[in-house]
Amino acid sequence: MTATAELIAQHQLTPAEYDKIVAILGREPSYTELGVFSVMWSEHCSYKSSRLHLKKLPTRGKAVVQGPGENAGIIDIGGGFVVAFKIESHNHPSFIEPFQGAATGVGGILRDIFTMGARPIAVLDSLRFGRPDDLKTGARNRRILQGVVAGIAHYGNCFGVPTVGGECLFEPCYDGNPLVNVFALGVCRKQDIFYAKASGAGNPVIYVGARTGRDGIHGASMASAEFTEESKQKRPNVQVGDPFLEKLLLEACLEAMQTGAIVGIQDMGAAGLTCSTCEMGSRGGVGIEIELDRVPQRETGMTPYEIMLSESQERMLLVADKGREEEVFQVFRKWGLEAAEIGVVTNDGKLRVKHHGEVVAEIPNRELADEAPLYDRPHELRPPDLPTPPLPEVAIQDALLRLMAAPDICSKRWIWQQYDHQVRTNTVALPERSDAAVVRIKETGTSVAMSLDGNGRYCYLSPRDGAMLAVAESCRNLAVVGAQPVGATNCLNFGNPERPEIMAQLVAAIEGISDACRFFEAPITGGNVSLYNETLGEGVYPTPVLGVVGLMKTGPAMPIAFQSVGRSVVLLGGCGVSDVTRLGSTQYAKEIVKQLWGKPPALSLDYEKRVHNAMREIVAAGLAESAHDLSDGGFAVALAECSLGGIGAQVDLDSDLRPEILLFHEEPSRILISTANAKAVTAIAQKHGVEAPVVGVTIEKGLEIRQRSVTLGCWDAAALKSAYEGSLESYVR
Amino acid sequence: MRIGVIVFPGSNCDHDAFHAASSVLGQNTEFLWHDSASLGGVDAVILPGGFSYGDYLRCGAIAKFSPIMQAVTKFARDGGLVFGVCNGFQILVEAGLLPGALIRNSGLKFVCRDVSLRVETTNSPFTCAARKGQVLRMPIAHGEGCYVADERTLDELEAEDRVSLRYLDNPNGSMRDIAGILNPERNVMGMMPHPERAVEDLMGSSDGLVLLQSMVIAAREAAPVKA
Repeated sequence: MTATAELIAQHQLTPAEYDKIVAILGREPSYTELGVFSVMWSEHCSYKSSRLHLKKLPTRGKAVVQGPGENAGIIDIGGGFVVAFKIESHNHPSFIEPFQGAATGVGGILRDIFTMGARPIAVLDSLRFGRPDDLKTGARNRRILQGVVAGIAHYGNCFGVPTVGGECLFEPCYDGNPLVNVFALGVCRKQDIFYAKASGAGNPVIYVGARTGRDGIHGASMASAEFTEESKQKRPNVQVGDPFLEKLLLEACLEAMQTGAIVGIQDMGAAGLTCSTCEMGSRGGVGIEIELDRVPQRETGMTPYEIMLSESQERMLLVADKGREEEVFQVFRKWGLEAAEIGVVTNDGKLRVKHHGEVVAEIPNRELADEAPLYDRPHELRPPDLPTPPLPEVAIQDALLRLMAAPDICSKRWIWQQYDHQVRTNTVALPERSDAAVVRIKETGTSVAMSLDGNGRYCYLSPRDGAMLAVAESCRNLAVVGAQPVGATNCLNFGNPERPEIMAQLVAAIEGISDACRFFEAPITGGNVSLYNETLGEGVYPTPVLGVVGLMKTGPAMPIAFQSVGRSVVLLGGCGVSDVTRLGSTQYAKEIVKQLWGKPPALSLDYEKRVHNAMREIVAAGLAESAHDLSDGGFAVALAECSLGGIGAQVDLDSDLRPEILLFHEEPSRILISTANAKAVTAIAQKHGVEAPVVGVTIEKGLEIRQRSVTLGCWDAAALKSAYEGSLESYVR
Repeated sequence: MRIGVIVFPGSNCDHDAFHAASSVLGQNTEFLWHDSASLGGVDAVILPGGFSYGDYLRCGAIAKFSPIMQAVTKFARDGGLVFGVCNGFQILVEAGLLPGALIRNSGLKFVCRDVSLRVETTNSPFTCAARKGQVLRMPIAHGEGCYVADERTLDELEAEDRVSLRYLDNPNGSMRDIAGILNPERNVMGMMPHPERAVEDLMGSSDGLVLLQSMVIAAREAAPVKA
């Protein structure tokens, strides 16, 4: 076949990429082969724009068992156990069809975890939508929000994995391109880890799970292009999820792995059968031959092209030991799953696909999987030039109430109450009760703490600083509950990398993550890059999302809320330094001044780490009754959040800053602690070279904030609570 | 005491019930597979939460036809202790072992949160260790937990002291705030909240223990019914 320029373009391949295909094959590709190359070399599967820069990320550490390159990263947690975790995006499908897009996003990441042999025990999600209160786009944004949340709930609840935390933020730039990033973590014994590697010529290749249909064809390519008016035609590209089937796959795969008859296993996610066959072959340095007539199909008359590119959900591919197939089939039969031997491992290193006895594709595995084009795309940082406005006169009293009700800050209870966050009875920290999500590992007496963080506004103003701030915040959240970071995963959501200013954001963010993760000793063990997050030429804010995983001894999780009256309130890290320029990236700027300008808050990695170390020591000594880090909305919002449990505080800050900067600036490296022993807390802080002024005392209820004895505001507990708790529900009801 | 936890393919609270009964309560506990026709001689059966066979149809509507449910029904008729939680309650209702139905929550959404329950009777093997009027705090996690029945059935349940647990803060629109009910013989109980999730202080509450402990006490004191 000689492909026309039009056909090549339809497959989102460049003429140069097509020439490379011809060179690899030594001939023109067949139609099926063209399809196979186009999905494997799509941005989504090949990381062709980002691979070069991703190499800068730190991936090694003493606890790292498996770094990037597998379905999930693996960290040793001691006691003979490991955790497998990763984050993935499902942004494009969730815009086209919010419910199924989000649901299958959950399904995809769960398969990535249990294909490694680990049982998923926690899900967190990081979501971005357009503003729910926008007069023009609000209705659609709310519909997308409702659909996405219902989809995540539908899949996770039925599957039986608790959704224990996450974040959800709103900006106009996500109007036409929401972000749905799902993180999952699983646990298994160290000796039970499985890899997606084929080996042993003659071994059977087994397909199990849902039948293959025409759904999701070219999903990976869709996720590698901008949205246009025509994208609405792509709804059939989104798959439909069946969480019950996934649950059966989970149990059956974990049980089948125990037989010892499985050599390698991989889920069929993006690029379906194509990706799983050639990647497993490539990793094992072997070939795989499959016969498409044996692939279970739910529609008749499917072409080889369609079967190879289908992204039907809930399917797994595995290689078994020859002669022991029956042991594997027996387990699948027990769980009522359809399984079929569809091919065989060969030693010629090729992916050979037959249909009705004829060879329809024959491609060298390694070249297909690992020699995808690699681009060093031009990048030139063009930071936005936004003038600093004169700060308006604003009543502090009113500003705090408005911030507590702001979509980014207000309670997300409406979301997390729809998620079963307690199934498996390991959830030590309930949503919004602690800074990090914490699940215990029953077998080891250890708990895993997790936090997902990202701030598009900061990254828009400075992608490098913003990315570092995200890592710092994630690690700080772990420190607040007393956990030590051991590994991390990232999801990089950016616009069109073919535009130099967007590519520069990606490069700068990766560098920022690299530096910060190296500094906090949180190696990146895997992740996901989602590019082309643009609709009609409008890109989203550069939004790297970090998921940091830490370990701690199992015990009650550190609460955010003040626990008793008459305790000292200590501001670990101090009042901080900021100015009008740095205020421009904050929630105060966004919600009160209603503008964006200047720079993100200043971060000193060294000081940040000292704060974390001090905090962990304070937790270990049992000195903190409650603790909460300062982030969105700064000091005043953090203090108000600590008071939502009922116990309030009276504080007096000793600082020269203008009141609105003092109360609302977002300089990191700060944690509010309530303690019965302020002396011991400040002594530990001093040892670590960290400021820790005692700023006030907890009181029966309500808040009073003073600056050098001058009252800046007094708030009624009920007013703060109703602003915080009623806001999101008032939009979505 | 030997407790059997039934495992349907879509059960997902089976491990939690197992953990509560074995590790926390120290009872001899085993899993019973859904296509087994026998309960293997256990003293009591727990039907755990989850999505039995996916529950894309009505919750529990397919489960009632499973081989194990024939065995459970016989066990129940012989006086054996049968305790259904969440999806287990839905299945017991579908199987006709308990009256009424569980329909979509009045808020139309899945709800996972803590609720307060009042113990309405201690005259049952599932509540005998509790105090009448005692308030228990434990989580719910369901989309279809709104208990409905016709007026006569509801009156009958009340007249016969068969409403075992009531919500103090009705989360799903259940008629007369009903959270748990008993069969006329009082050896079968179903409830939507999850006592097995409230058996350790670390998980936020251990109020659910008293229900499981009641079963152990009742089984010890009553004439044994072997499955």
